[in-house]
Amino acid sequence: MIAIPRAGHRAAVVAAIALVVLIVVAALAPYVAPYGVDVIDLAHRRAAPSAQHWFGTDELGRDLLTRVLFGARVSLAIGLISAALSGTIGVAIGAVAGYVGGTTDAVLMRGTDAMLSVPRLPLLMIAAAVLAPGVPLLIVLVGAAGWMETARVVRADVQSTKTRDFVVAARALGGAAPRVMLRHVLPGVVPTAAVSMTLAIGRGILLESALSFFGVGVQPPAASWGNMLYQAQTTMSSEPWLALFPGAFIFGTVLCCNMLGDAQSSTRATAA
Amino acid sequence: MFSFAVRRTLQVVPLLLIVSLLVFTLIHAAPGGPLSLYLDNPNVRPQDIERLRRQMGLDQPLAAQYVAWLRAFVAGDWGYSYADGRPVMDRLLERVPATLQLVGISTLIAVILALVVGLVSSVRRGFDRAATIGAVAGISLPVFWLGLVLQLVFANALGWLPSSGRSSFAGTGALDRVAHLVLPVAVLAVAHAAAWSRYLRSSMRLALREPFITGARSRGVSERRIVMRHALRNALLPFVTVVLLDASMMTSGAVVTESVFAWPGVGGLFTEALARRDYTVLMAFLMCGSVAVAVLNLVADIVVHALDPRTRDEP
Repeated sequence: MIAIPRAGHRAAVVAAIALVVLIVVAALAPYVAPYGVDVIDLAHRRAAPSAQHWFGTDELGRDLLTRVLFGARVSLAIGLISAALSGTIGVAIGAVAGYVGGTTDAVLMRGTDAMLSVPRLPLLMIAAAVLAPGVPLLIVLVGAAGWMETARVVRADVQSTKTRDFVVAARALGGAAPRVMLRHVLPGVVPTAAVSMTLAIGRGILLESALSFFGVGVQPPAASWGNMLYQAQTTMSSEPWLALFPGAFIFGTVLCCNMLGDAQSSTRATAA
Repeated sequence: MFSFAVRRTLQVVPLLLIVSLLVFTLIHAAPGGPLSLYLDNPNVRPQDIERLRRQMGLDQPLAAQYVAWLRAFVAGDWGYSYADGRPVMDRLLERVPATLQLVGISTLIAVILALVVGLVSSVRRGFDRAATIGAVAGISLPVFWLGLVLQLVFANALGWLPSSGRSSFAGTGALDRVAHLVLPVAVLAVAHAAAWSRYLRSSMRLALREPFITGARSRGVSERRIVMRHALRNALLPFVTVVLLDASMMTSGAVVTESVFAWPGVGGLFTEALARRDYTVLMAFLMCGSVAVAVLNLVADIVVHALDPRTRDEP
């Protein structure tokens, strides 16, 4: 299940290491950040990147590197937890639809189709504008909008696993449906679900940043990568570093997630 | 064939009903409902809010409101914008040409790019590695950040291209309009070209492994002809499907791109309406977007069914 990376997957290993480092640094932000997160230094406002302030400072003289590190906590938390949430919902819906079949399958899949045909970002933007969510509710919203892809691939996987001899045997021996599903069918779905959840982490981070960029996501004074970009937008020509660094972190993190997902799925394709 | 098209079209109706229910529920989940904006406004008296509430039917039971709204929506009565009192349909329709221009040109460029990159990387190993890295990077780029960076480089620093809008002033020449298109089109095309090229590459790889390719090779068909005629023809169908199915992503992309570049399209209208909590406009946008996506998915299904005999399940 966890593939030993070969030469072609060196990039994925680098991506995994980068993600782990980022998560650790974000978790330890209060100890490793060079300044306090809300320390205002009006003497050094709008300072360009320098030895004292690696990423420069913002309009209140707050250190940008510090804020990027604290923003990482919010952005990563939203990405990781929302991916876990959407993965759980997706696996549950996909597994039930694929295993039970019939009307249940039809109803669940029509619901999935309906969710997929609503443009995701505008839907979330309206939901966020209406509900004015804090971070926990934001995680739920992003997670609730992202389960459809997982549900589809898991359903397809379960449908094919269901017809395999060992599952038929388990059922013939009188195994109850929930037990057959948990012990025999779902373990086979793990690789598919893992790929789809890895990709969901990146997507969650992108969605959070887009929502915050439009001012309906994480609200200041809390820092997230998206709302730092939102605030940087107006002064971009005079203080470009305020927009460059948070955006580069979003890009890098999502890139790492996508490389991991890509490597996982191609390992599986060659193994099969 | 015809019966499939009819059956598939009929499936869209319940789908759109679910969507409409979702949209309606969402707007009415706002604390204070659709009039919440006025509740905080000291210039609007409580009795005015009460009058508006009755006028708009907001004092009716929710189910009745839903039915009334849906009936009016289907009949083309989309209500009036809270922001300027004009009919919502007029406000949306006047923005459509700009969006169609932007999305149309971006899609065209993305498809051409994806075809070239996907095709070459399915047959050239060296190019494939670079293309893979480029494509994964393209998919991972936050659209709005890419827009900001391009504005910073090409508009602010270099001054080569205008940073926003559709033209410098009304009635300018064609060159000025093209210059305004470059950056938003680039932003919108990059992400899609990246995703689609990956898709074409993998379906080309699958096609090239088929026995009929080996057969063609052993008959001495030239490699060029094998790739272009035998493999590409097979790989093209799933590619077209994915392009059509990605319409929903295009909608999201247009919202972001139009807002960053102040492009006067439907997506720009959406972000304006969002800032003002203009719920009638938001509801109409979401409904139209969903209908467009559902229709394009329908078209994709029917096209595939018509072109590919393997997907037909009739005897």
